[in-house]
Amino acid sequence: MNKVFTMDAPATSRRLDDMRQGLVGKPLDRPDGPFKVTGTATYAHEWNLDGMAYGVLVRAPFARGTITHIGREDIEAMAGVLRVITDARFLRNPAQGTADEAPIQGPTEVFYLGQPVALVVAETFEAARHGAQQLTMKWDCKTAVIDPETAETEEGENLEQGDLDAAMKAAHATVDATYHTPCHTSAAMEPHCSTAVWEGDELTLYGSYQMLNYNINELADSLGIDAANIHMRAPYVGGGFGSKLGIAPEAVAAAIAAKELDRPVVVALSRPQVFETTMRRSETTQRLRLAADANGKLTGLGHEALVSNLEGETFSEPVTQSTHFLYAAENRKMAINIARLNKTCAGSVRAPGEAVGMPTLENAMDELAEKLGLDPIDLRKRNLPERHPEEDIPYSSRKYAEAMDTGAAHFGWDKRNRTPGGLREGEWLIGHGMAGASRVNSIGEASARVTLSRAEDGSALATVETDMTDIGTGTYAVLSQVAGEMLGLPMAQVITKLGDSRLPKGAGSGGSWGASSSGSAVFLACEAIRSQISEKLGLREEELEMKDSEVTSGNTRRTLAEVLEDGPISAEGTIKPGDTADDVNQASYGAYFCEVAVNAVTGETRLRRMTGVFGAGRILNEKTATSQCYGGMVWGIGMALTEEMVHDPRDGHIVNHDLAEYHLPVNLDMPQLDVILLDERDDWACPIQTKGIGELGFCGAAGAIVNAIYNATGVRIRDYPVTLDKLLDGLPED
Amino acid sequence: MKPFDYDRAKDATSASAAAAKGATIIAGGTNLLDLMKLEVMAPDRLIDITRLPLKEITRTSDGGVRIGALVSNSDLAADPTIRTNYAVLSRALLAGASGQLRNKATTGGNLCQRTRCYYFYDTDMPCNKRAPGSGCHALEGFNRIHAILGTSEACIATHPSDMAVALRALDAKIEIEGSGGSRTIGMEGFYRLPGDRPELDNTLQSGDVITAVMLPAPVTDARHVYRKVRDRASYAFALVSVAAVAQMDGDKIKEIALAFGGLAHMPWRDGAVEDLLRGERLTPAVLDAAADKLLADAKSFGGNDFKIPLARRTLKAVLREACTTGERT
Ligand SMILES: Cc1cc2nc3c(=O)[nH]c(=O)nc-3n(C[C@H](O)[C@H](O)[C@H](O)COP(=O)(O)OP(=O)(O)OC[C@H]3O[C@@H](n4cnc5c(N)ncnc54)[C@H](O)[C@@H]3O)c2cc1C
Ligand code: SF4
Repeated sequence: MNKVFTMDAPATSRRLDDMRQGLVGKPLDRPDGPFKVTGTATYAHEWNLDGMAYGVLVRAPFARGTITHIGREDIEAMAGVLRVITDARFLRNPAQGTADEAPIQGPTEVFYLGQPVALVVAETFEAARHGAQQLTMKWDCKTAVIDPETAETEEGENLEQGDLDAAMKAAHATVDATYHTPCHTSAAMEPHCSTAVWEGDELTLYGSYQMLNYNINELADSLGIDAANIHMRAPYVGGGFGSKLGIAPEAVAAAIAAKELDRPVVVALSRPQVFETTMRRSETTQRLRLAADANGKLTGLGHEALVSNLEGETFSEPVTQSTHFLYAAENRKMAINIARLNKTCAGSVRAPGEAVGMPTLENAMDELAEKLGLDPIDLRKRNLPERHPEEDIPYSSRKYAEAMDTGAAHFGWDKRNRTPGGLREGEWLIGHGMAGASRVNSIGEASARVTLSRAEDGSALATVETDMTDIGTGTYAVLSQVAGEMLGLPMAQVITKLGDSRLPKGAGSGGSWGASSSGSAVFLACEAIRSQISEKLGLREEELEMKDSEVTSGNTRRTLAEVLEDGPISAEGTIKPGDTADDVNQASYGAYFCEVAVNAVTGETRLRRMTGVFGAGRILNEKTATSQCYGGMVWGIGMALTEEMVHDPRDGHIVNHDLAEYHLPVNLDMPQLDVILLDERDDWACPIQTKGIGELGFCGAAGAIVNAIYNATGVRIRDYPVTLDKLLDGLPED
Repeated sequence: MKPFDYDRAKDATSASAAAAKGATIIAGGTNLLDLMKLEVMAPDRLIDITRLPLKEITRTSDGGVRIGALVSNSDLAADPTIRTNYAVLSRALLAGASGQLRNKATTGGNLCQRTRCYYFYDTDMPCNKRAPGSGCHALEGFNRIHAILGTSEACIATHPSDMAVALRALDAKIEIEGSGGSRTIGMEGFYRLPGDRPELDNTLQSGDVITAVMLPAPVTDARHVYRKVRDRASYAFALVSVAAVAQMDGDKIKEIALAFGGLAHMPWRDGAVEDLLRGERLTPAVLDAAADKLLADAKSFGGNDFKIPLARRTLKAVLREACTTGERT
């Protein structure tokens, strides 16, 4: 008996609140944690199959042109080398998230420096890498376009409402500022990797991927085979952040090589290859225009961005995503233009859109607050729309004002420095800043199977199965919690199996929708199981109480083990997005507050403390949710202060393609971060009232830090990241 | 990584003999192995010196200290004598790399680590230091971390070591076992400017093995400062660093040694700056004069323009810190 539910109306019954097991929301440990810290969780490179060969991809060392010759023979003559493979099916770049089909293919026509053009396969990794390094090639060069400012552009989104120019002219106060954010990389800890093995026409691919139900079709389409012949496994993924959403070059190359050589082949990317051939976040140039009347009410809001991508790619960084609904203003203009460049493919990197669009919007709001002489919180609150200012629909649940108030109280916002550049401790200039957080919310169609059975010792056991992934976020934990809560079982009696394409299809991990989508599917499956149990016992489902492996209702009390005497009970739950996606505007919200110290001599910035307050619907696990927010805020520190992927303007070569020179924040860059999660239920979001939290912690975080730097120094930097060289000129001391 | 032969040296003489025949010395391997994986360096033969008895820090008859070439960066930084009498060295070491790297990194290896120029690390890019004659891609490329003093048309790379900057300020000497026996070279003669031979980082000859670093007797009553300016709080190379050892006579500078990292192909020291400061009170005019002198010939290349004002600011701040009277730190 399965249960399919479409989100066409709000789920107001909030059934999880009626359950008694007490698992949901608790800061429980991840069941997969011990496997990870003891090295027994098997990642994509660790399957060690019999007879496995090693493949290393070779990049095009130029940004645009055609390969005319590959020096295959010399390399195939090298000790240990098995074959140099080039194949028309090689991927130019990874598939975009949820593409469900192959991306552009072919290794001969080169579109960016770093495009994989050959695979060297050898008996050992060392021999393969040496062969790859020594492979020579010839090519005909074409002119590469690297700089978005001078490139040809295409028009993307374009919205005009009212007359922004007129509003700007008539305004009491305005901001018209251009901000720049550089390219970013996700830098997940586990580099991308695939191990491929064929049995006849059946391919098994162990990969590091986020969305198996799409990946399997992308892989099938890339190889020209039937998806039914592919089995993908990704039980553990060492971080993804969007860079593992779509099938990537190493998977297709590994599958082709394994077929040609008739033995398993593993292909892992080196760190420079992760930079060069997996998704980058586009650089952005953003013009923000704000017009306000004397009461601090916005009359005009403009957000126009220039982003980039490769030719033929449909993705463009959705910079304005939250700007559309966050603040009221009658006259609006939002536009995105896309420059076609010969740079690594641009795609989803954690929180595409808000990641770079929110900090800049929040910088502009900070600039406006100063011009109006208003507390930045006050300015924001004055401009919260009643209804979506463009679509005229209501908001589902919006904890924005509460997040700001809670954060302000916790942080001591009233004691902030009020004179930019005016607070000093020795060599250090101290400043405070805040910014809002906003991230759109959605769910994807997802199914999960839950089976109640008796374990060997006779006790009841729930098994949750879906192809959904856990990319380090806590999926194993939260799905077990939902099932345990619904079926009255402690965590130890729930087993969650993930990352296997033969299991019911989940939504995958991406866009912060995983927990809501797959959590709802598990919830629905459990509801179906509860119905089966109640039927069996002749009781009403709504009156069943399931707790500690027992079912009670009125005077009836049974152990689950008894209920399962004549066999397991199993059900599949399926959630589908529906009308609530369009009837209301759904987003999760928050606010950041921070204190920075900027060295007056050197311009070095040190974050001293940071508070983030977030409202993301029901929290399934306080610990994993908090960790997501920590992680998001750490990304914010990186974006504000250090992270920048630099392309050499002459040849499009990523200059700093390793973790020594692409500066992620290190421990010493991070003070203690405070995360506060607000109590919220969003009935419009999904049957378990959750919203996305995986990206929210990042959506605006960098803006708070940059606002604080302004407050500390009086220097407004609009070019991310705020490295010391940009501040030096404006600092007092020489 | 190219396949290679590997030998373990029995003693310094045999290490030297192997090196003279073309073997590359490997100590902690924290730099060399990375370069070999990328085939920036592709030796046919490695001679591993890590079993040699060069792990001691001992007092010398002239009141100084002898640091074996295999003393790890961690051990050296933690040594009580170094911390007490040569604080600038301990601080410079702790400002470098990470705890894990410092546990492996050796004194000799740290001196000989290669530049961090991005183009040097990528074998598809032109680089005169890696492939002489291929051109310098940094000159008109992304050169944020590059040198502003002593550069040449052929190369604008910096030497990345923090330790070496402190050693330069301390007038250390390098003890070498070479084909012609052992000898010592002062820090002033160990490194070289790129000129038209940027492939040579230092003046070591074929067959030379560093066996020790010698520190002279400590300067008494000196204030030691090491200040490293970098892009993140830890685990980043110096954009600019300054090592200072200053002795005061009342409010006048009696003696001062200043060495700079991040500015040149070698730890930079400018006697004229020290001459100018000696005997002076630290007035704003003197501070400016010292900075002017240091940077008189500075030349930047776009991405590293900021290093000129940054060096100026950092020098002045370090002087203010080092040349105050009062308790020695
Ligand atoms: C990510 C990262 C960050 C770092 N950050 C910093 C930093 O901030 N500051 C800093 O100063 N350093 C930094 N380092 C560099 C580190 O200090 C050096 O890698 C280390 O000191 C090298 O010592 P080693 O013993 O491992 O040398 P090896 O890698 O073994 O050798 C390096 C070179 O020295 C030669 N060599 C070694 N010993 C001898 C000898 N006795 N005689 C002659 N030649 C010899 C080798 O042939 C080789 O060419 C960093 C390194 C990394 C990887
Ligand atoms: S600066 Fe020196 S190391 Fe860098 S590219 Fe030029 S020659 Fe090579």
